[in-house]
Formats: sequence, structure tokens, C-alpha cells
Amino acid sequence: MSGPSVEKGINFIREQIDAPVASFFSSCVHCGMCAEACLFYTQTGDPRYTPIYKVEPMRRLWENEFTLWGRIKSTLGIAKKVTEEDFAQWEELVYDGCSLCGRCSLVCPVGNDISGMIRKIREGFSAAGYAPEGLIGATTRAITIGSPMGVRLPALKAQIGHVEKETGIEIPLDRAGAEYMVLLSSMEIMNFPEYLQAIARIMRQAGRTWTISSKAFEATNSGIQIGASDLARELVQRVVDAAEELGVQTVISPECGHAYTAIRWEGPNLIGRPFKFKVRHILEVLDEFREQGLIKTRGKEQARLTFHDPCQLVRKGGVVEQPRHLLDLVAENFVEMTDHGAMNWCCGGGGGVSANERADELRLKAFRQKKSQLDEIGVETLVTACANCRITLEEGLEEYEMDIPVVGLTETLAEHLVEEDQEGQG
Amino acid sequence: MTAETLLTWARGSAFDWAIGIFVFGMVLRLIEVLSLGKKPDLAEGRGSGVKGGLKTIVTRSIPRASVFAREPVRITNGYVFHVGFLLVLLFYGPHIEFIENLTGLSWPALPGGIIAGLGMITMASLVLALIFRLRNPVLRHISTVNDYLAWAVTLLPVLTGYLAYSHAVLPYTAMLALHILSIELLLVVAPFTKLTHMFSFALSRWYQGYQAGYRGIES
Amino acid sequence: MSDNKTLGEHLRERGVSRRGFMKFCAATASLMALPPAMIPAIAETLQNARRPSVIWLSFQECTGCTESLTRSHAPTVESLIFDYISLDYHHTLQAASGEAAEQAREAAMKENWGKYLLVVDGSIPQRDGGVYSTIAGMTNLEMLQEVAKGAAAIVSVGTCAAFGGLPKADPNPTGAAAVSQIVTDKPIVNIPGCPPIPVAITGVLAQYLTLGKLPEMDHLGRPKAFYGQNIHDRCYRRPFYERGQFAETFDDEGAKKGWCLFKLGCKGPTTYNACATAKWNEGTSFPIQSGHGCIGCSEPDFWDAGGFYKALSVPIGDAAGAITAAAAAAAAAGLAAGAVNRYHKQVAQAAHEPLKVEELSREEKS
Repeated sequence: MSGPSVEKGINFIREQIDAPVASFFSSCVHCGMCAEACLFYTQTGDPRYTPIYKVEPMRRLWENEFTLWGRIKSTLGIAKKVTEEDFAQWEELVYDGCSLCGRCSLVCPVGNDISGMIRKIREGFSAAGYAPEGLIGATTRAITIGSPMGVRLPALKAQIGHVEKETGIEIPLDRAGAEYMVLLSSMEIMNFPEYLQAIARIMRQAGRTWTISSKAFEATNSGIQIGASDLARELVQRVVDAAEELGVQTVISPECGHAYTAIRWEGPNLIGRPFKFKVRHILEVLDEFREQGLIKTRGKEQARLTFHDPCQLVRKGGVVEQPRHLLDLVAENFVEMTDHGAMNWCCGGGGGVSANERADELRLKAFRQKKSQLDEIGVETLVTACANCRITLEEGLEEYEMDIPVVGLTETLAEHLVEEDQEGQG
Repeated sequence: MTAETLLTWARGSAFDWAIGIFVFGMVLRLIEVLSLGKKPDLAEGRGSGVKGGLKTIVTRSIPRASVFAREPVRITNGYVFHVGFLLVLLFYGPHIEFIENLTGLSWPALPGGIIAGLGMITMASLVLALIFRLRNPVLRHISTVNDYLAWAVTLLPVLTGYLAYSHAVLPYTAMLALHILSIELLLVVAPFTKLTHMFSFALSRWYQGYQAGYRGIES
Repeated sequence: MSDNKTLGEHLRERGVSRRGFMKFCAATASLMALPPAMIPAIAETLQNARRPSVIWLSFQECTGCTESLTRSHAPTVESLIFDYISLDYHHTLQAASGEAAEQAREAAMKENWGKYLLVVDGSIPQRDGGVYSTIAGMTNLEMLQEVAKGAAAIVSVGTCAAFGGLPKADPNPTGAAAVSQIVTDKPIVNIPGCPPIPVAITGVLAQYLTLGKLPEMDHLGRPKAFYGQNIHDRCYRRPFYERGQFAETFDDEGAKKGWCLFKLGCKGPTTYNACATAKWNEGTSFPIQSGHGCIGCSEPDFWDAGGFYKALSVPIGDAAGAITAAAAAAAAAGLAAGAVNRYHKQVAQAAHEPLKVEELSREEKS
């Protein structure tokens, strides 16, 4: 087998069918509740975006090949097979119409992890050659260049130089034995250098040693988004090799949603062994510092602000309380959106949707869900902890002419740090 | 064939076949599911998968507020026919006797009038569920013959049971025979339709709950 | 019994008052669903009715039906009517025996050809030419066919004659059949029961005497007047059923309090008979009243409808066996299917060639 083909795609899906998948399909009662949880359905009213319907080809494959009843039907020739046409038809549902936000999995009354299955079915679609151009490009760049946005080491070094100049703090590159190895997303390197700045200042105040690996500084994992485990594994392996080579205790996943899922949960399962280091999200680390009294802040944001929970952090990652603890430190007027925390609505750009230009229109339509959430509470600032959410939110806000600045939580926190040089000045 | 012999057949060999097919089908399907296996999660865990699995089996019965707010009638209706069906099944005297005969377990019965009322509510709720399925765009889009078949074989026992109880149509003997036969139809059809969820729901909730519990995330 | 007396004279001789007789006529009218205005006409007809000839054939039976009829403690008008008929042939009751008895039958048939009433109790064996029950060298089957030819109507007394009864119970070794399975060209009324309520037998006879025709019948050929009511619907214990109060054993609190006997196997809900209203032994009681569930004896094949003590809602076959066998078969099939599925997946995994990034795009390849 070489090159994409439907047979290869089907075989890749076949490999994904395990007991949970079989139980999920056995249990589905077609109640349609998953649609009510999905912003692609609620904002378009198109029933094709019903989450469980997005995995219909996988269900058919399971029924035809892994149930007695389906085998009988296949033998009799009355089973509906999965065809190339299905791949063509479902590609848009599987990639454009799903941000892997996991809201559907959380509301399914029989407990089906539907978004987990969409992640699985993408294995087949990517192998069959039915993945969106945008995601193929991002994945290709990630594998060949090291970053989906094409950011190379010199670019990072240049950014490091800027930050060092601005903060006067040394950014340690490839320091063996550091406690933490910090990963960055390309977007943070290119668009939001304030993140790196914030890290440097917080680490200095907390008195912790840290480093960035020149071999694996990129946190994002396009392999996870396109649903190609073989490629995702390669990207994870780079981080693992670097972390183990430097002997760090903890790898910090940056303000990015899927990067956390990729390295924290999928990573060990992809490389087939537990890591020799811990993986934490930056918010987990910051909250730990807060608990240990390692962060000193002064003053609070006066603006009325809210926090947009990145799906991969709250629903897939379990990082729910940490951002609230941290915001308590630095925000006076923090308000929650309805459906915050584990039930927060996706920005619409996750799961590779934002890398898929073809889906732009749909994504902006879906953004109306977030818009109505924001309209309801009327905030002046929107805080989040995912660079991809941030870009998507900014684009959406611009589209709907909403004047709300979007900021990262880490940098917001850093702005209120009581720093040693200032301490003297009182 | 008279109603009497039909009843005797329904209670006798027909039931044996029906329960046999039901047990065979359900056990086979559950083994088919379980035997596919699941890879262990190699990521560093935060909590107990077992606790999460057990918890989710229970908590998933309660809808999320935000989804409930979107579809209050549909969700409530779902409860009504599930609970109504179960109450009628589990608390009518003759049904308890049936269960006791198969399992040795027994408990007090509810008055027949209340059971009849619950049966009527259950039927009304099932009819409403059908209306939703026919009219809601999502339900219409994802529904197959399977869904309508499962609906019909669920309604029939309630309907025939109610008619037998109320002596409204046909002599009781014939209606009782039809009632038992409709249950047998349900038993025979269940393993080949979505009605497998009566058992597999616990497995599905367990799998999602286990992963969530282990990873320390909500489910 | 004087041969030429009318029924009226006969009853008066036995001390039945006019008032008592009229009461009986009123009851007969109501049984036949006739308007009260008809009562005098019935009385008139009955007064002047002449003794009809009745031939009673007993086949595979236990004499319980005759006992039921003749062992009433106090004579009723109905039983006196029974006394009045010209019972020309009845094994148990006739004085004649042997060939004389058969001659009496033949004589009665000849004399009343086309007019006599044939009463049958017991079922008729058909297997092996009917050799399992013979009378005077004649099989029951032959005798029934012969006597039925000249009968005006046939009354099948008891469940054996009506539906085959105990002899027909599974596995029915003698090939027993009901009268109606053999005779199809005569009016037949079934008075089932094991035994039937005496008043049901005499009531039908009274009606036949009165109007010269058989009463209105249900789908099983039973007179609606006696079998139109469901025992369960008429049962005085019904309120307990409605409230869900059941006796669990024959000597528990519920049994002592007179709760419903459904769980103890009462077949009242599927049984149509007058027991709950007419009762037995001069209206003293009936089985449910004395603490035992109805066994459904007036219904076809009641012997084969599971145990008498198994509730109607309980399976009567071998459900436990079916479940065990099915579970075992499913376990075997499941393990096989599981192995096939796992193999299928292993083949898929073996065929897996790691995806290369340049393989993502279809366009480049084609």
C-alpha cells in the first residue's frame, strides 16, 4: 500500500475499532442530543452536522465487519458498504464541521465519546487522501520544517533575542537538567511573543529553572488534528527525545489546546510507553506556583472580563479550576459566560478547523455561538489560554464588529507580577 | 387455534424461543463488543478510572443544564417513557410474579389503576417521541427503519397490556396472548436493533467514564 | 314417573308452588334474554311440555358430570326438570344393563328419530380406530356417529365432551376428540366444566324444553347465559387484584385476609363460567371463595395451560433451560466471533504501513 487509497483509508478506520467504539455504536439510540451540543449544528441548522452522523462511515464498517448480524448482511450482499463516495461526502463533515471540541461526548445520554470517534475516523480520511488542503499543508510543514506555520529555529532565536532585550532576562536554550522544558506554539512565537516574555518573568520570580529545546520547541501537533497517528507520533517523539536528552522533570505545554491533548494524553499512547517526565499545561504550573506562594502580584485588572475555556483544556484536559484561581489574583471584575467550564462552547477553530481555509465561512457562522455568549454578559476583555482560540476569537470578533480585545491568561498574570527590581521602588 | 391455545403457546414454547433468542443475541453482542478489547492508557493518570466509570454510569442519567434548556420537552419526554415503561414493567403484580418466577426476586406491587395510568402516560409519551422523530430535522435525518421498528416493538407491549387490563378490546384471554406475544416480539427484535442500549449503555458510559476518571476530566 | 303427565303436573306433584315455578320461568326468560312479557308464555309452554326423550352417552369420562348434576343437596326446579325428562339411556342411572341397555337405546332412537336430545359426556378416542373405549363391543366413535344421526340436538356436558378434556391432554394417547370435532352437522351446545355447574346443565335443558332450540352461544359453543362472564371480572376478590394485594402462599397473611389468588395460579382472568355468580352447592361457595384459585376448567385444553399453581403471567415452558442454552450458545458463538474479529483487526494492523506525510494528498499521486 502506498499513496492514498480508499482501501487504505478503510483499513486505517478498521484498526481504530475497539471495544469502546463498538459499545458506542451499539448504544446509540439516535436521540439527536449530540446535535444540540454541537455549534456547527446549532448555528447552521443543518442536520448533517449531527455529531454521530459524522462517524456514520465508521459505524457502517463496524456493523458490516464486527457484528454477526452485519456479517450475515455482508454475506447476503445486502450490507451498505463504505465507498469512495462516502469519503468524498463525509470529508467536509469530519474536518470542516467538527472542531473535536468534545461537547457532544459530554451530553450523550448513553455516554458515547463521539468526538473521540471523530478523531479516530480522521485516521481513515487522512490515509485515503480525503483531508483538507489546509491541514495537509500544515502537517507537511510540521513534519518537514518542524512547525505548521513554517517557523524555524532562527525565527525563534530572533524572537528570543527580542524578549531577552525587552525583559533583561536570559532565555535558556537547551539547558540540560532544567526543571521545566517549555514548549511554544508557532503562533506564540510569531504573533504573541508576550507569552514567552511572561514565562521568563514568572519563572524568574518563582525561582525555577527552565529551558527551551532547540530541537523540539514546537508544541502544536498537526498530526493529531489531521488524524494521522503515524505523523503525530513522529512529532511527539521529537519532544520526548529532546526532553529526555535534556533530562527535564516536566514539559510545559503552552497556551494551546490541542497541543496539550497531543502531548499529555495521546503522546505516551502514540509512542507506546509512558514518558520519563511529567507533562503539565502552563496553567497547571502557574496554579501550582500560586498555591506554593511563588507568585506575587499587585493590582487587578479593572475591566469587566471573562474567560474563554479552550475545549481541549476543560473537556479533554481537566484544566478547569486553575484559570479561575489565577484570574482571582489579577481580575477585579471577572464574570463567567453561561455554559462556562466543562460545558463551554468552542470558538469554532479547534481540531484543525482554523488551519482549513475552506472552512472559514462555516467557522465564522459557528462563531455566532460564542458571539451570543459574549453579547449576553457584555465584557470589555476576553481572556483565554490557547493561541489558536485567540486567533479564531479575534477573527470572529472582527467579523461581527465586536470591539473586545483578546489576551492570554499567562501574559495577563505576568503584567501584575511584583518584580524584584520594582519591589525596591515600593 | 383458539385464544386459549394461543395463550398457552405464547406462555410456553414461544416464550422459550423468544427469551432464548434475546439472551443469545444480547450475550453475543456484548461479547462481540468486549472481545474487541481496549488498549491501556499509557498517559500519566490523575484519578481512578474505576471510580469514574461507575460514577458516569449513574451521572449520565442526568442531562446537562445547557442542553436541557435547549430541548426541555424532548428530554423530559425521554424520561417519561423510560420511567413509565420501567414502572409498569416492574410494579404491576402479574409482572412481579413473572420476574419472581425467573429470578426468585419479588417486591410489593402498585395498584392496577396506577399502572394503567402510567401505561397511558407511557404511550402518550412514546407517541410524542415519534412525532419528534418525524418532525425534528436532526432526528429525521439520522433515523432509519431500525428506529421506527424499535419504537413499534416498544409501544406494542404497553398498548396490548393496557388493552388487556382494561378489557377494552377482545376477550382477556386473546388480549393477554397478544400482550405476551408482543413482549416476545420485543425480545426477539431487541438484540438486532438499538434496543441493545438497554445493556450497552452501561458499557458506553463506563468506557467514557473510565477514561475521564483516569484522566481527571469531567464526564 | 308417569309417561303422560305434563311438566306442570309433574312439578305440582313434587310440591313446587306456582310462585316457585313462576320464579323459575322468570329466571329462564332472563337467561334467554327475553322480555318479562314473555314469562307467562314460557310458563304456559313449560306447563304443557311433554317429556322429551334424552339419550345420554358416556365415553372417556369420570362420571363427575353426572355426579355434579345428581348430588345436589336440595332439589331445585332445574333438577326436578331433569327428573322429569325421559332418560332413556344413561349407564350410571339406568336400571337396565348389558344387552337390555343397548336395546333400550336403540328403541328410544327408533321411536323418537329426529326428535331426541343427545347428551354426551366424555371425549371420544379416535386413534387406532377408536379401540381405546368401547361399549358393548362398539367403539365410542361408532356409537356417537350412529346416535347423533337421529338427534335433534346435542349437548356436550363437561369439558371432555366439549373440548376433549383430560383424555385429550398432552400427549393425548388415545387420540381423544371433542364431540364437535366428530359431529359437524347437528346443533351442538357445549357445557364445559370439570364438572359443569349443575344449573348450567339443567338450565340449557329447560330452555330446550321451552323453546325447542338451543340457547345463544359464544365462539366456543357455550351458552352465553352461563359462560358469558369472566370469573375475574365477577370475582369478589377483584379489588385486591386492583390494589396489588396478592396471597403469596396458601397460608400467609394475604391468604388469610382473602387477598387475590393470581400469584397462586388463579386462572380467573382467562376463564368464562358462572362460578363467581351461580356458585356451587346451592350457592354456598366456589373455589376462589374457599381459598383456591380457579383452574380454568371450562376452557379448552386447560390441562395443558401450565401448572394450576403457575400464575398466568408466568412462562410455562422451560424458560430457564432456554436461557441457559442460549447463554451457552452465545458464549461459544461470541468467543468464536470475538476471535474472528480480533483476527480481522490483526490483519488490518499487519497491513498497516506507516503513513508518510507525502501520502496525505491525493492530487500529487494521481
